[in-house]
Amino acid sequence: MLNQRSRFIFTALCFGFAFLYIPILLVIIYSFNDSRLVTVWGGWSVRWYVELFNNENVLNAAILSFQIAAITATFATIMGTMAGFIMARIKKFRGRLLFSGMIASPLVMPEVITGLSLLLLFVSLQNTIGWPGSRGMNTITIAHITFSMAYVAVIIQSRLTEVNESLEEAAMDLGARPLRVLWDITLPIIFPAMVSGWLLSFTLSLDDLVIASFVSGPGATTLPMLIFSKVRLGVSPDINALATILIVVVTLGLCIAAWITSRQNRSVS
Amino acid sequence: MSGLLVKTNNSIRENLWRYFIVAIPYIWLLLFFLAPFVIVFKISLADPIIAQPPFTPLFNQGSDGGFSIYTTFDNFLYLFQDSLYFVTYLNSVKLAFIATLFTLLIGYPIAYGIARSPQPTRNILLLLVVIPFWISFLLRVYSWMGILKTNGLINGFLLWLGVIDQPLELLYTDTAVYIGMVYSYLPYMILPLYANLVKLDIRLLEAASDLGAKKWQGFVDVTLPLSMPGIIAGCLLVFIPAIGEYVIPALLGGADTLMIGRVLFDEFFLNRDWPVASAVAIVLLLLLVLPIVYFQKKQAQETSGAAA
Repeated sequence: MLNQRSRFIFTALCFGFAFLYIPILLVIIYSFNDSRLVTVWGGWSVRWYVELFNNENVLNAAILSFQIAAITATFATIMGTMAGFIMARIKKFRGRLLFSGMIASPLVMPEVITGLSLLLLFVSLQNTIGWPGSRGMNTITIAHITFSMAYVAVIIQSRLTEVNESLEEAAMDLGARPLRVLWDITLPIIFPAMVSGWLLSFTLSLDDLVIASFVSGPGATTLPMLIFSKVRLGVSPDINALATILIVVVTLGLCIAAWITSRQNRSVS
Repeated sequence: MSGLLVKTNNSIRENLWRYFIVAIPYIWLLLFFLAPFVIVFKISLADPIIAQPPFTPLFNQGSDGGFSIYTTFDNFLYLFQDSLYFVTYLNSVKLAFIATLFTLLIGYPIAYGIARSPQPTRNILLLLVVIPFWISFLLRVYSWMGILKTNGLINGFLLWLGVIDQPLELLYTDTAVYIGMVYSYLPYMILPLYANLVKLDIRLLEAASDLGAKKWQGFVDVTLPLSMPGIIAGCLLVFIPAIGEYVIPALLGGADTLMIGRVLFDEFFLNRDWPVASAVAIVLLLLLVLPIVYFQKKQAQETSGAAA
């Protein structure tokens, strides 16, 4: 009986992971296809990678996207940490209910609504106070910070509710000032959570198509916007190459992060 | 400076810090999250005009210097009169619902399998679920285009096997949208299910089996009811984003795959009708309020339950 059940579990896992990974692996394999026809195998080649690195549009879009992602991740981590700290540690202040609603909502808000509403805000601001001038990198970054900080807040909040507040209380009882406690006790505890928050914000920003399409202006094309305009017309081999690079970078980053966390955990125990 | 003065100075400084920590994210969210919704609501009550910006202002300054307010419900009436929008809303709910069901059916055995795996394997399997979640959503949807298209891999394989002699129409259909949604949202289903199933007390199943329950009875009567919170959380995490989805129907769906996200996008960018796009957004939001509030209430119960 037990055998039968574990055989079922094994089959479910095999099929599940095959389903998750075969499409990604196919993109990687076909990025090395020499043929222009994406489905006909024409032998191994790196010509699409060469073409990619000679394509100025792709390089510019990539630089823009990475810049936005880095700025977004940094600011979203700072403000998301503040928000997560407020949710976990500051139990009472005026308007807390509204705050908790505003910090949780971006997680479940459809992207089309977030994008549309932010664009209308920028247009209205432009008409009343003359800011932000032109839409592009600045408006995309603001939009990305707004939804990324909500994800960071959730990570920080759950980390802070996990750890016992008594550590911070003990330091306080021993005469440490609140700011000292924040700096010496709380921040080291949540530092790993802040790192995951930064990485998550970075990928969320790098990945966003819909919101950026709304709030961007003429001349500012992010990498997802460029990819989307290309693949809308069908499968294209240089996008396969671009996808492969992004997949390898993300996977490597994740594995390094997992390795660091497991090493830290081991050194703690 | 006397010691007393230093002390008050310090406590004032600490209070200031507290205000500072609360104020920065608060003001940011008020400005860039709440205010935009007020503006969307305002514009949904305006008339479209050919101007920059393309809608009538809410406040009009009359020649006598007084203000008058101009609002109209025409956009909302239009949504009800034109059956396109009603059909689109219905179709979005249908597509999201069926996709959620399939995601649950595929995700449950995977989550169960991971939760029952021995420890070192379990962490590796979890990492394997999380990796696709971090890889670009757009690229994951794109990866199915090469598989599903007319001269793509599935058709090539089936033709080679001789099962079919005409390639099947797979890409640009509802089927492709379902596949794309299940594929993209599977990690959202697996993670909450896993978090629930891994907490399940194995002794309960042993007790059930000692009392004569068969394996499947143990599953149906013990595991399934106990994993209900995980099922609900996973389904909502899939259903809510699936309803407003734009990328999947735009890349994998056909011209007749109507979804609200796509209609809103086209209304805005192709027709440049901002007031109607705003009205579509408001109605979509109303549609989502119920599941969102339900989800947040469940989450709050979970957290307070875990703390207790």
